[in-house]
Amino acid sequence: MSRILIVAEHDGSALNAATAKTVSCAADFGAEGVDVVVFAADGASVAEQAAKLAGVARVLRIDHTANAQPLAAVLAPQVAALAADYSHVLGPSTTFGKDLMPRVAALLGVGQLSDIMEVQSAYSFRRPIYAGNAVITVEAPEDRTLVATVRVASYAAAAEDGAAEIESRELAVALPEHTRFKEVRGGSSDRPDLQTAPRVVSGGRALGSSENFELIFSFADSIGAAVGASRAAVDAGYVPNELQVGQTGKIIAPELYIAVGISGAIQHLTGIKDAGTIVAINKDGEAPIFEVADIGLVGDLFKVIPELQSALN
Amino acid sequence: MEKIMVAVKRVVDYNVRVRVKPDGSGVVTDGVKMSINPFDEIALEEALRIRERGDASEVIVVSIGSTECQQQLRTGLAMGADRAILVETSQAVEPLAAARVLLKLIEREGADLVILGKQAIDDDNSQTGQMLAALWERPQATFASAIEFAEGKATVTREVDAGLEVIEVDLPAVVTTDLRLNEPRYVKLPDIMKAKKKPLENIAIADLDVVIDPQFKVTNFAPPEQRQKGVMVEDVAGLVKALKDKGLV
Repeated sequence: MSRILIVAEHDGSALNAATAKTVSCAADFGAEGVDVVVFAADGASVAEQAAKLAGVARVLRIDHTANAQPLAAVLAPQVAALAADYSHVLGPSTTFGKDLMPRVAALLGVGQLSDIMEVQSAYSFRRPIYAGNAVITVEAPEDRTLVATVRVASYAAAAEDGAAEIESRELAVALPEHTRFKEVRGGSSDRPDLQTAPRVVSGGRALGSSENFELIFSFADSIGAAVGASRAAVDAGYVPNELQVGQTGKIIAPELYIAVGISGAIQHLTGIKDAGTIVAINKDGEAPIFEVADIGLVGDLFKVIPELQSALN
Repeated sequence: MEKIMVAVKRVVDYNVRVRVKPDGSGVVTDGVKMSINPFDEIALEEALRIRERGDASEVIVVSIGSTECQQQLRTGLAMGADRAILVETSQAVEPLAAARVLLKLIEREGADLVILGKQAIDDDNSQTGQMLAALWERPQATFASAIEFAEGKATVTREVDAGLEVIEVDLPAVVTTDLRLNEPRYVKLPDIMKAKKKPLENIAIADLDVVIDPQFKVTNFAPPEQRQKGVMVEDVAGLVKALKDKGLV
């Protein structure tokens, strides 16, 4: 029987929703037990949040000053030390998990499976390749620890009605000092988080400038949505990179996605294909975004968006 | 610093719309244009800029794969790399095996910095750099959008989900590149001619004494599920009605 360890992602105080989605994926393994490990300087609050996730048997809390920031080089040997008790070690396929999990796998001398989108059995999975243009079925060997990342957009968050036990542990592992955290420069945090928001409004190159992009922010704020952008809009410098939606940016699955002035390059479509409803607003009726949109409107965004904003408020 | 090693992968060109073979045995690659993985091209460009501003003296570009990978290495030489190494194999090489091969090359050549793309656009794994750093027991700075050097250290700005993270790593280290690190140069014809004279060494993978054993078995390739085309509305009123009908507003 499988025993699964999930590495929690958090910011020091709040558990990231990607963790709850990874727990949902783990539920499909038919495992004997699912544990979550929280690495932090003081993981009390995060561990409590993780303990509420349905399906989690136990939360391991590893408090250490070196764990104040999620440095892969520091966390990996600790995860590897814990891995001996588990058949599977999972992390979210976010920048946190992508940074950490391959390092864990290499320390264990095993390969790593990226972006699980479907679990067929504890050792058989489906995952996207070629920017989502193909989906492969992959079988992993049963005689080795399976280290993997979970494509979180493929899963809903686990419910929060659980009550797992929390266990504090100390690990006798030498931690490297060759890597030091300096700072994180984030965007404004008073807007909903792009990766987990149920509503997202994204703008594309058609916005034309960062001043004009305010139209998107204003509309998104009026309906309580997170703001995203196409790679073209990011490359043009209208908005910072962390707003980028697509294969090379964030892969998201909101209930409602409104694409404004986005033509719909394949790499963008890959990032939104799990969205509930896609609305496209574009002046070019031939834009590929309309091929995947549930609701399409051909029109000038500079007229449509203010009109839509006032109609909805 | 002395040497920078850059690893490049030969992949289906990013402009090619990849299609799955009808029998599910793979994707169509016959007659398809092949190129350096775009993220690796950014890695090479960064190494060249570091050398050009005097922070390094040599850039070695390496690849692992079939004889055809020489084409991509020649492109790397034409961009400006000093020399190239191809570790030749006809086998599929998983990221862990690639990391083991790269470590052997580091031990042989010496390297103060290894730069790779953050992921290859074929398998989309995003693993090799991190695995190499682990095996080498050195720092990793993934998804880099800026790199600066001072006194045996690198300060790297990383593109993370929360925004930009800055870390400091001791050298030697592994860096993987994100899109906004730089814009790779175009190769000019005289450079292609010059590149023909630059050294390109071939090593058989068997000569490196590395465990390659593939761990994962791909049993099927399928096209992605397509979303159905929806409805077109005429105006904002129609859009609002459609959203209301779906209970979304």
